[in-house]
Amino acid sequence: MSESLLDVRGVTQRFGGLVANADVSMQVRKGEIVGLIGPNGAGKSTLFNAIAGVRKPTEGSIYFEGRDVTDLGAPQRCALGVARTFQVVKSFETMRVVENVMVGAFVRTASAAVAREKARATLDFVGLRGRENAMAGELTPPEKRRLEVARALATEPKLVLLDEAMTGLTPAEARQGVDLVRAIRDRGMTVVMVEHVMEIVMPLIDRAVVLDLGRVIAEGPPKEIVRDERVITAYLGERHRARSA
Amino acid sequence: MTTQAVAQSLASGLLMGLIYGLVAAGLALIFGLMDVVNFAHGEFLMTAMYAAFGLYVAFALDPLASAPFVAAAMFVFGAIVYLGVVRYAMSASANAGMVQIFATFGLGIVMRGLAQLLFTPDYRSIPHSWLGGKTVQVAGIFLPAPQLAGALVSLAAFGALWLVINRTDFGRALEATREDAGAVALVGIDRKRIFALGWGLGAALVGLAGAVLAMFFYIYPDVGASFSLIAYVTVALGGFGSVFGAFAAGILVGLVEAATALALPPSLKYVGIYALYLIVVVVRPRGLFGSL
Amino acid sequence: MQDADPRLNARRNNLVIACVCVALIACLPLVVKDVYAQNVLVLTLMYAALSQSWNILSGYCGQISLGHALYFGAGAYVTELLFTKFGVAPWFGMAAGGLVAATIAAAVGYPCFRLKGHYFVIATIVIAEAGYLLMLNWDYAGAAMGIDVPVRGDSWAKFQFLRSKLPYFYFALAFAFVAWLVTWMIEESRWGYWWRAVKDNAEAAESLGVEVFRSKMAAAALSAFLTAIGGGFYAQFVSYIDPESVMSFQFSLLMALPAVLGGIGTLWGPAVGAAILIPLTELTRSFAGGSGKGFDLIIYGLLVMGIALGRPEGIVGALSRRMRRSAA
Ligand SMILES: Nc1ncnc2c1ncn2[C@@H]1O[C@H](COP(=O)(O)OP(=O)(O)O)[C@@H](O)[C@H]1O
Ligand SMILES: [Mg+2]
Repeated sequence: MSESLLDVRGVTQRFGGLVANADVSMQVRKGEIVGLIGPNGAGKSTLFNAIAGVRKPTEGSIYFEGRDVTDLGAPQRCALGVARTFQVVKSFETMRVVENVMVGAFVRTASAAVAREKARATLDFVGLRGRENAMAGELTPPEKRRLEVARALATEPKLVLLDEAMTGLTPAEARQGVDLVRAIRDRGMTVVMVEHVMEIVMPLIDRAVVLDLGRVIAEGPPKEIVRDERVITAYLGERHRARSA
Repeated sequence: MTTQAVAQSLASGLLMGLIYGLVAAGLALIFGLMDVVNFAHGEFLMTAMYAAFGLYVAFALDPLASAPFVAAAMFVFGAIVYLGVVRYAMSASANAGMVQIFATFGLGIVMRGLAQLLFTPDYRSIPHSWLGGKTVQVAGIFLPAPQLAGALVSLAAFGALWLVINRTDFGRALEATREDAGAVALVGIDRKRIFALGWGLGAALVGLAGAVLAMFFYIYPDVGASFSLIAYVTVALGGFGSVFGAFAAGILVGLVEAATALALPPSLKYVGIYALYLIVVVVRPRGLFGSL
Repeated sequence: MQDADPRLNARRNNLVIACVCVALIACLPLVVKDVYAQNVLVLTLMYAALSQSWNILSGYCGQISLGHALYFGAGAYVTELLFTKFGVAPWFGMAAGGLVAATIAAAVGYPCFRLKGHYFVIATIVIAEAGYLLMLNWDYAGAAMGIDVPVRGDSWAKFQFLRSKLPYFYFALAFAFVAWLVTWMIEESRWGYWWRAVKDNAEAAESLGVEVFRSKMAAAALSAFLTAIGGGFYAQFVSYIDPESVMSFQFSLLMALPAVLGGIGTLWGPAVGAAILIPLTELTRSFAGGSGKGFDLIIYGLLVMGIALGRPEGIVGALSRRMRRSAA
């Protein structure tokens, strides 16, 4: 398909002797929800960092909307439309909730009034209405996850990278999270999400990319992925077999 | 300028550098252990110098002989400062970095005020120490005996420190705590105790340095200021938190200072050190031997 | 519809309060006639402004500088060099000093903003000390002897007043108000949000489009510019400068402390802190310190420790937290 929004080409990331990403290639089409899965330490967050421009990969390149963005830093990529959340939440703890989100909104406007309006709307969208004047440091962990998402959305991204945004949520909260991801996609954004709870992601995603030891070992619709022998041994492993037994 | 003069000056630079290393060692140790910079470090040094001076006046004890006592007293003092001040600064709920800085700064100011109160702002010195005014001649180079003794004390202290860090349980606990204080708590090492002992050890090291300096340097309430600046530079050069980096950087600082003094008027003797520091900050911000 | 934004209301209230305060302070000379007391007032206002400037870089943007004496000195020296050597009026001198200081801040920031936490603090101290050393040895600028500001008579054009301190007082008041106003405007501007984001979490800020390095540079330049204005003012006020009297480390500390006491990164912190700290230090100095006994240092140091340990969020920070609690 020509509508490739994100094109990761042969990305390798080394940390000294450790190869966190080994020749990773993947494409994301516009409007997709892609699940990036794999066991702990597979290199998912590292790949997110490469896509978001936090760290330039040792080798390989990254194209966004057909443009080579490998050499651009994180702020420029954000301006182009790449937003991300962090696996370990990084709220601006001494700022109010609405102010946290305004920081994101400021990438599109210089006006505080406009930014504030947009931040409010975004907080409504993620379900944090009523908390906007709380200090971010006072939020509960699930609320902080939502705040991360709101901040990212306020930058008006085309591509949203969610790094374990639902980890640590109760099943009920996670269901709300699933609805939120769908709503994000329905607003025309493309989503790549790292998630651990398979039961949650599998029904949600259009396509899965499986990483193990830094390599892509499988790629395809979730139904096929869960039956893929390599994936089962690498990742689903014990748990999956125990469940089906 | 003769090669003789150059060699002479570099030799004294080397001796002074070893002493600078000793002055900075405690700062580096504490920083490496718990990510705290003691902004009262210079005043610790000043206190140790007055302690040596006091012992000399009261018991006619030569600084070289009183050095172990001074170090022991400073050990206790360092641990008390941790338990009484730094511990609370570290647990601050807001602006923790700021709190640490100003808590130790404030402590330094109090110590300086106390020194003025107790000893007046006058310059003191120890006039008739064993080694005062004596020199040792090596290969045609004259080495002032107090500085030489100080350099040897520094070498011995670093040797002992190496043994403590690498060969004792305390050293292993210290090393483990500096790598990951959180995990250490899980294996039953009492973090607070290690921190208190770390502060004690750091203060003891600067105590030794103070006793050594008391042999040949003036003693006055503000004496810590210039030495603490050199200590910061040394620690930043060596790589923050690297004790043996501070050792090497101290030598470098001493040599650069001596070389600058050869080329420039005495009032500019620190220019070389600052220039070295700036170059390192630009080229290698983590310091010469730091790992980050 | 959202109801009226409490924050925008608070902003308007702040502005009103500030204007009232300025008006009240402007009337103080009607009551305070004592020259010494007026002197303390001028210093208090000046440190309120300086600390407000420091607060921009260290409080809002989170880059703790203990080397602001460098910018203070740059302002003082540029102003007086231009005045004494070229007859340039101090008004232009102060502006030039501000620009020089902002340039120095950018040059210092360029390597140093890569340093984190304590590394950065130490770098600011050492670099300011290096500047001090250079001024001590720069013959053209009077080296250790400094510069005696020549008397050219009372005039606003020359910004020199011998008969009365009052003009200095009004300038200091205006300076403090402007520094406050700049902060007030910044608080609701994009830069203000970016700086606070950088302070709280630089990595997250970058991912949200904030150019972290550029933000720090901008904060440093603005902070240094304002600080240098203070330096130029101080030079005219005391009419004699040397490296010790405008560039020594104690100035760096004195610029930081009011903000620390009042509340770092808060709009009112520096002013509140200066209003308490400066008269207090002047008092302890004149009552206890004259004999050089060190009492003043002890009290001062205890105060600094007490502030840091007892009220880490500062007076204003603690008050506003209590108000939020009771509102919730
Ligand atoms: N900054 C870093 N320095 C060194 N090693 C790193 C760094 N970031 C990640 N790694 C290593 O790279 C590997 C992949 O990490 P990560 O991408 O976080 O995995 P995942 O998100 O899939 O759990 C891990 O072994 C991790 O320790
Ligand atoms: Mg991860």
